[in-house]
Order: sequence, then structure tokens, then C-alpha cells
Amino acid sequence: MKRKHKESLTSIAILSPSIITLAIFVYGFISRSVQISMLDWDTFANFMRKAKDYVGLENYISLFTESRFQTDLWNTLYFTLFFIIGCLAIGILLSLILNNKPRGGYFFQNLYLFPMAISFVVTGTVWRWIFAPGRLPNNPRGINLLFEQLGLQNLQWGWFTSTNSFLGFNVALIAVIIAAIWQYSGYTMAMWLAGLRGIDQQLIEAARIDGASKWQIFTKILFPIQKPITLSAIIVLAHVSLKAFALIYAMTGSGPNNVTDIPAVYMFEATFRSNRYSTGSAIAIVLLMMVGLLIIPYLVNSFKEE
Amino acid sequence: MLFRKSMLLSILLMVALLFVSSFSAMAQNGEVEIFSWWTGGGEEEGLNALIELFNENYPNVEVINATVAGGAGSNAKAVLKTRMVGGNPPDSFQVHGGAELVNTYVETGLMEPITGLLEEWGVKDKFNQQILEMSSYEGEYYSVPVNVHRSNIMFYNKAVLEENNVEPPTDLASFKEALAKLDEAGVVPLSLGDTNKWPATQIFESLLVSTLGPDGYNGLWNGNTAADDPAVREALVHFNDIMQYVNEDHSALTWQDATQIMHEGEAGFNIMGDWAEGYMKTLGWTPGEEFGWMPVPESEGTFIVITDTFGLPKGAPNPENAKKWLKTIASVEGQDTFNPIKGSIPARLDADKSKYDPYLTSAMEDFAEDTLSPSIAHGSAAPEGFITALNDTINEFITTGDVDEAFENFQKNHEEYVQ
Repeated sequence: MKRKHKESLTSIAILSPSIITLAIFVYGFISRSVQISMLDWDTFANFMRKAKDYVGLENYISLFTESRFQTDLWNTLYFTLFFIIGCLAIGILLSLILNNKPRGGYFFQNLYLFPMAISFVVTGTVWRWIFAPGRLPNNPRGINLLFEQLGLQNLQWGWFTSTNSFLGFNVALIAVIIAAIWQYSGYTMAMWLAGLRGIDQQLIEAARIDGASKWQIFTKILFPIQKPITLSAIIVLAHVSLKAFALIYAMTGSGPNNVTDIPAVYMFEATFRSNRYSTGSAIAIVLLMMVGLLIIPYLVNSFKEE
Repeated sequence: MLFRKSMLLSILLMVALLFVSSFSAMAQNGEVEIFSWWTGGGEEEGLNALIELFNENYPNVEVINATVAGGAGSNAKAVLKTRMVGGNPPDSFQVHGGAELVNTYVETGLMEPITGLLEEWGVKDKFNQQILEMSSYEGEYYSVPVNVHRSNIMFYNKAVLEENNVEPPTDLASFKEALAKLDEAGVVPLSLGDTNKWPATQIFESLLVSTLGPDGYNGLWNGNTAADDPAVREALVHFNDIMQYVNEDHSALTWQDATQIMHEGEAGFNIMGDWAEGYMKTLGWTPGEEFGWMPVPESEGTFIVITDTFGLPKGAPNPENAKKWLKTIASVEGQDTFNPIKGSIPARLDADKSKYDPYLTSAMEDFAEDTLSPSIAHGSAAPEGFITALNDTINEFITTGDVDEAFENFQKNHEEYVQ
């Protein structure tokens, strides 16, 4: 009895620092942000006076009527969509190839995973150099210069400086999406590969004997088995895409007419560049709710399974 | 176990030593912490020369040079704000004169007035009075201006203009004609690099001066000019016309890239603050030889000013030493030490002109005679909320070309952020 008592005391003592810091630095700060987002702290003077004039949801309403924020939401939607599709398609393809144990497979496995180890700021800077269009047609730069030397002038375009859009999709985002997929498809590959290696080979042998094609094996056997893995990959990728601040900030900034802007960049500029603390907090809360929309169903689902 | 004990002991010892050293530094009391974002080429050397001069005059005071790198002080300003709000101000800090100082720090009661000091040192009437006014609030002065830059200035590549038979323009109409002529010849008429947004806003503010005139422009910030003045719309129309002649990849470039395009002979004109002149010199050009300059057309007689100033925050740890620093930078010697290296002109009118290059000498003459106007893009005219809102408006306007929408946004932002 005494011993048990001591054990529970120890566990409380070990857990309490993390519980206390979580309570303060996560939940305390979230509720503080909610509070600030409902105040009128959009000038430095109001912020300094710590005036408690609540304006309700006014900051949110004006945010959603702003053209910049509307563009941001469209950008986030398309960026997340294409980023996830791209990462899954390329990652799964790579894992299927590597699962056949080709020569040098181990080398490539590491090679594809490497980009994940580099920070978004570094890759963003490099991709900025690659996709900087230069002045067409006389003075192309980066990838446009490569196209010219290969005689592929038709493929030259403005990349992230383009202001064209199609059904709300700003084509300038393509450059950013390519960079993000390059960085994170290795992650899907690694997760899928780990799953594939755990699948019983007899299952696939049996299917083959029954005359199943490769495509059938993939769609009818591998993909259903790997569904939980695919789902976790989607969750992780989706929240990475909502937090792609560093990549966008280093690579393109918000771009002409906000073509590559995302809410995180706007939040940073509103709060730390223009002293609009309440607007910044409101954007942060909207972002938090967007992440919550993705993660809460997933958490509920995994709790049920347990 | 023994190992752990010795490690614990050494950590304790280190902590104790840290305390002792910080206390001893406090006891000495011979320090002054100067906060700035002068880390780039020219400005860092200028600051070091100033510190050297300070050390000659006050050998017992040690200068702590606290700099935060980052384009045009964007990161430094955030750090400074945190320190000021947290009650941990430096002894003196760099801040653009005008709204950036007054609206953010003076109105909120974080600064000490220094009018008495300026009078005591006998320097008050040595400065351009208009520039002192910019940093004043309710009859008191709050900072010492060190240097002056001009934003409504346009540079041109002499060779490119000559090759294409283009004369330096005299008004906005002839400027547009010149741009069209260069465009036909296949060169970039006007180089722009607005990936950081403000370079485009800076062109717009110069055009505002062109259409409103200096008094009308200054009136926007003190309530004498309405934001729906037709001249504001006119400036937007001119801006839209001119934007048809910039390089297509402008949104991928910085202002330095834009200057380089002109330097490489790819572009004819470049509108940028006169820090670009210092950059062209480092690229190997001589002012007046390879490049010429003129105010942005129809803004002659107005000098849009960007000035770095230093003030005295309340609760500075070493106020007496901070005053010594302010006295040094207010002296003609201090101004003539810093400015030729930084590539700017002094805020005092009695500086030694022989120390400055031909461009800076001509700027000094204009500075003494012209009407001064505060820059929007660099924080002197309006609160920071207005600047970023205008940056966004202009950034969208370049793409959409919708004059009425931009005009409406300008009025809305003006109403919201400018009293």
C-alpha cells in the first residue's frame, strides 16, 4: 500500500512539469489569443493601454470580407489539396518501386528521405533561385534558362510571379507546390515502405496465382491494408500545409496580388509588421480551427479503435 | 556518482560566475547600449566610426553595440517593441523620425523629451527645423536626427538613354513618352523590385506628391487634405500607367536587383530612395558619369525625407551615458563622421560639403531649400497599420489595375488608421 502510494506520487511529480507548462504555454496562450481576437487591439496605443473594449466577432467579420484573406483561404485549399495528392502519388510510387528491392534501393531510399531533414527556409531559398523567372524572352533565369538551353522555350513562364488564376486557383502556387512535394513525398514513401515490408508475402503470392494483375493487387490488396497509414500521412501532410509559413516566406512572400499568400504569412505581417494584434490573433484562431477540423475526427476515430 | 557531483558543482560555479560578472558590470556603470539595424554595407562602417568618435570623447564609457539584422529594420523593430513593452529598453535606439517614433513610442508615454538638451548644447537651430518638427509632439522634441535620405528620386542609365535618343523627362507626360520609347526599343523602361512590397508604395508616394503638391500631401497626415481628394485618384492613374513599363519579374526581385538591372544596361530608369546611389557606387559607378538623377517628375521642390533618429527612452539603464551619445551624434563632427560613409546627408545644415560626393552635395542643397515631406513607405507619415494596409492595396492594384477600388481602399485605410 505504502509502496503504491509512493509510486503514484512519483508519477505525479514526473508528469506535473509537462502538465503545468502545457496548461500555461498551450492552453493558456490559446485562450489569451481568443481573448485578444475579440478586443480592439489593432493599434499600438490600444495595445499599450491594455484597453478591454470587447468588439465581439467584428475582427473575424472584417477579416472574412477582406480580399487578401479570401485569397488566402483559396490558396490554402488548393495548396493543401495538390500538396497531399502529389505527396501521396509520388511517395506511394517510390515505395512500390523500392519494395521490389532494386539495385541501390537503400541509397535511393535515403536520398528521397533527405529533403525532410532540411528546413523549409533553406529549401525555400533554393527553390526561389530555381523558379525566379528572369526577364523573358531575352534574359531568362533559373529553370527558364535551362528550358532555353534545351530548346524548350514553350515551357517558359512566370512561375511564382504569374498573376493568372483558374477557378480561384492561382497558378503561381504551382511553383510552391512543387517545392513542398519535393520535400515531403519522401515522408509518404517511408511510411508506406514500412507498411509494405510488414505485409505477408503469401497474400500477394496467392493473389498472383489466382491471376490478379499488378494494378489489382495494388487497388484490392495493398491500398486497403495500408489505409490507416495513408490516413495518418494525410493528417500529417495537411497540418504541414497549414504551417507552410517558412517555405512561403523564404520562397515567394505573399506575392503579387497575394497569389502565394497563406493565412500564416498574413498573421505574421498583421501582428508583427502593422501592430494589428487583434486581427493577427483572429487569423491564428481561424488557423487553429482549420487544423482542429482535420485532427479532431482523426483523434476520435483512433480512440474508438482502441 | 562522483562524476555527477562534479558536474553539478561546475554548473553551480558557472551560474555564480555569471551573476558576479553581471553585477560587477552594473557596479562599473560605464556602459551605454545603442540599438540599431545598421548591419549592412556602409551603414555598419558608419556606425563603427561613430562609436570610435564616441570613445575618443568618452573613453570611460563602453558602447554595447546591439544590432539586429534584417531588411530595413523589419526584425529589429519587432525586437525593440518587445523590449520597450517589457520594460527593458536600450539606452538609445534607432528609429525613423515621424509617426514611427511619435505614434508608437511618444504618444504611449515611453520616451523622455529632449528639447532642453538640444537647447543646452546649442544645436537646436543648427538642424533643418522641418525635420525636428517631424519628431515633435505637443511642443517637445523627442529625438536627434542623424542622417537624411530622399525617397522621391529617380536614377537613369545615361548610356541607355543616349543610345535610344531619350532625354531626361521634365514632367509626367514626357516621362511616360520616354518610357514608351524605351519599351519599343526592347529595353526595360523602369526597373522595379517589389518582392518586399514597399518599393512600389514608395513610387506611389512620390506620385502623390506630384499630384497633390507638398502642402496637399503633408495635409493628408494632419487633416488638412481629405483622403477623397481627386488628386489622390490622379496619382493612382499615373501609377497604373507607369506600372505598364516595369520589368515583368518585378515581384521576384529586391530593390538591389532592380538597381542591378539598370547597372547592367538592361533598364533605363529606376525609382528608389537615394541609398541606391551608395549601392551603385559599390557596383563601381561614379555619380554623374554613368548615371544621372532627378526628382520623380513633377515632385521637384519637395524632398520626401527618411531620417534615422535616436531618442531617450524612459527607464533607460544609463540615461547620463545615453545623453553623451545623443550629444555626439548631434554634433557637426558626429554627423560628418557618419554620413559620408553611410552615403546619406546630415540633418544639420552647417555640415562640411567638401566631404560629400556630387550627388550628396546636390541633395544637401535641395534639403536646405525644399519643402520636406514625410515618407509613408518608411514609417514617417502614418502609423504602421496604414503602411501595411497601403502596401497591400498597391500590391493588389498593380495586378488588377482597378483605379476605383484602389481609391476606395485608400480612403478606407486612411479613415481607419490616420486620425
